[in-house]
Amino acid sequence: MKGLSKDRLWSIAVLTPSIILIAVFVYGFIARSVYVSMTDWGNDPAQALALDPIIRWVGLANYQELFTGFLQGRFRQELISTIFFTLFFILGCLGLGLGLALILDRNPKGEGLWRTIFLFPMSLSFIVTGTIWRWMLQPGGGVNQAPTLLGGEASTFGWLSSTDALWKFDWNKLPLLTASVVGLVLAVMAVRAARSGDRTRTLVAAACAALLFLWALFIGPNVKMLPAPELHGFNLALIGIIIAAVWQMSGYTMALYLAGLRGIPEELREAARVDGANDIGMYQHVIFPLLAPITLSAMIVLGHISLKIFDLVYAMAGPDNINTSVPALNMYLTSFRQNQFALGAAIGTILLILVAFVIVPYLSSQFRTEEGHA
Amino acid sequence: MKKALLLAAALAVTTSASAAGKLEIFSWWSGDEGPALEALVKLYKAKYPTVAVDNATVSGGAGTNAKAVLKTRMLGGTPPDSFQAHAGQELIGTWVVAGRMEDLSGLFKSEGWDKVFPKDLVKLISTNGKPWSVPVNVHRSNVMWYNPAKLKAWGVTVPKTWPEFLKTCSTLKAKGVAAPLVVGENWTQQHLWESVMIGTLGAANWENLWAGKLKFTDPKVVAGFTTFGKVMDCANKDASGLSWQQASDRVIDGTSAFNVMGDWAAGYFATTKKLAPNTGFGWAPAPGTTKTFVMLADSFGLPKGAKNRTEALNWLKLMGSKAGQDAFNPLKGSIAARTDSDLSKYNTYGKSAAADWKSNKIVGSLVHGAVAPESFMSAFGAVIDQYVSSRNSAAAAAAAQQLAVRAGISK
Repeated sequence: MKGLSKDRLWSIAVLTPSIILIAVFVYGFIARSVYVSMTDWGNDPAQALALDPIIRWVGLANYQELFTGFLQGRFRQELISTIFFTLFFILGCLGLGLGLALILDRNPKGEGLWRTIFLFPMSLSFIVTGTIWRWMLQPGGGVNQAPTLLGGEASTFGWLSSTDALWKFDWNKLPLLTASVVGLVLAVMAVRAARSGDRTRTLVAAACAALLFLWALFIGPNVKMLPAPELHGFNLALIGIIIAAVWQMSGYTMALYLAGLRGIPEELREAARVDGANDIGMYQHVIFPLLAPITLSAMIVLGHISLKIFDLVYAMAGPDNINTSVPALNMYLTSFRQNQFALGAAIGTILLILVAFVIVPYLSSQFRTEEGHA
Repeated sequence: MKKALLLAAALAVTTSASAAGKLEIFSWWSGDEGPALEALVKLYKAKYPTVAVDNATVSGGAGTNAKAVLKTRMLGGTPPDSFQAHAGQELIGTWVVAGRMEDLSGLFKSEGWDKVFPKDLVKLISTNGKPWSVPVNVHRSNVMWYNPAKLKAWGVTVPKTWPEFLKTCSTLKAKGVAAPLVVGENWTQQHLWESVMIGTLGAANWENLWAGKLKFTDPKVVAGFTTFGKVMDCANKDASGLSWQQASDRVIDGTSAFNVMGDWAAGYFATTKKLAPNTGFGWAPAPGTTKTFVMLADSFGLPKGAKNRTEALNWLKLMGSKAGQDAFNPLKGSIAARTDSDLSKYNTYGKSAAADWKSNKIVGSLVHGAVAPESFMSAFGAVIDQYVSSRNSAAAAAAAQQLAVRAGISK
């Protein structure tokens, strides 16, 4: 009975409850949401809240509605906003966090105090951060009044109310853009495979790339997802929210980087110095490469936070401001204010897929390294 | 110590047992509106001393939080005995169509409410002749507020129609007023839209719009959107960052000349800002809506499966009674839905509104839930937002028409 030793029994007994709970409350509910997203629950107001609602299976119709429906322009803008938000949020946090960590790594006076000060915003909830920053970014107050302290004119920038957008593109061109980008990536892969002499890989990648390019050349320009052009871009009002989010989370990346910097053995730095590296060279060739895994973990954590962000936006710009809205907010409003449960579930599922894009590769790589160590 | 605890527990058990009944009322009235509700509860307790009243208030402006809690409770099978909802389609389109409410025609007949509530109001809270809720108070949405002293200084008068408003707007702009009209966050823009639309279409066509007889894609409605766009050109650019109070402040301090807001603004000006009516702040019906009263009302309904049905019915009777409405409304800053209320209890603004309530044509407000279900209103916010940035009237009208079809308003 080696398989059922006392230790094993114990571990099974201890783990079972949480496995059951997770199975029901995480995976069971995910499955249920995905199922609901493929029904028409709530599309007819009379059935939405009835005692025994009649719910019909409609397949992917809700997803089609979200991506091509005339009324769902808000959702498409939110998808684009999320991508820009994630990009600038991660870049901001990594940049600021690394900068702070590098300064603190030089052992300034009162280092512990500085560390606490920079890390402190993380202890606040996004609702609190959002409320504070909303006050500061008011049209007639806070940040906009700052220039008057130096005798200048008060600024009139609409931090949270601007309706202008940068880098606008037509949603109809999205398939074309996606095909071109994926095609380019495949082409690069093909070239690489050819260099390393992997023939099948080269052929497959090249064929796929060629197919995509052909599609993009001949069919793509004629694909019309929407009857009329619909422009989406990076709304300037998002800048205020990005600043608040970076303010809150950059302390966390600072702590990660600081731990990483402290973990680099002094011998390595000394060896680099002996080899004649100057400060810049040492950072470039010794320290930054060693920080790469930390950057990756920080990107994963920040990435999923920014994809799911809800409370900060709600507190800062309110629920009805489409220029700053995000999918999580739309999911809440669609489900619980418009009672369109199926459509809300579809938005939720899309969010889950987006987050999975970030998390799953990370988890699988972690899993592999752990297996490797075992 | 233990003994005291036991004693307290025993006492708690006996008191709850001695109460002959229980009543749970669910609302989003807290803060400023709390005392008004308390006055009603006090009246109820005086009449039915043995009933324990459980005031389940979920705070949050316009009930966004309360509505979410209510949904959970209704779907979970434990409805409150009576709950607050904006009178009209917000209740009908959400709960009545789902078959979750009791029809109150019996109560309306036995209490004689058909005679004391205006006909237009009863029509708004009914489907197929059956009323679904008891309106406690009435607010007016189509009021344009201004600062009389400032208007005099600028040498302009209050415009009576929207074209006249646009003229006044260019006069004011020439005098250096950057934004003659002030608007705030999204819902206040919808609020303005509704006044512009009624002012351009007229009350009868506004009613047709919600009865499905007039399509949003009709040239008249599209023209209304275009007028709204021109009106928005007179407004401040930082709108979505302002609450309605902050927007009202700009009228008082003279940054802007006009503001279209519901009559809760009267309470804000008089109570919070300590301004005298007619001198500190002035009001007029929004342009083009003279003789039209765009109303919204808070009301209570009776959900099917309420645990304490008799107590809830008594509560509804009290809310619809003259005593109940006169106790509640002066404190809430609204007017009574009944036409026979005691006007001496109201302030200057309230008196003028009550006079209009009796004589004007009454139509329902969109943004405050009277004419369209929640599913329409909530999504319509995005249509307005898109319109404000794109100024494409035809597209906005087409989107609104699709929403109307989806919500079952139009075919």
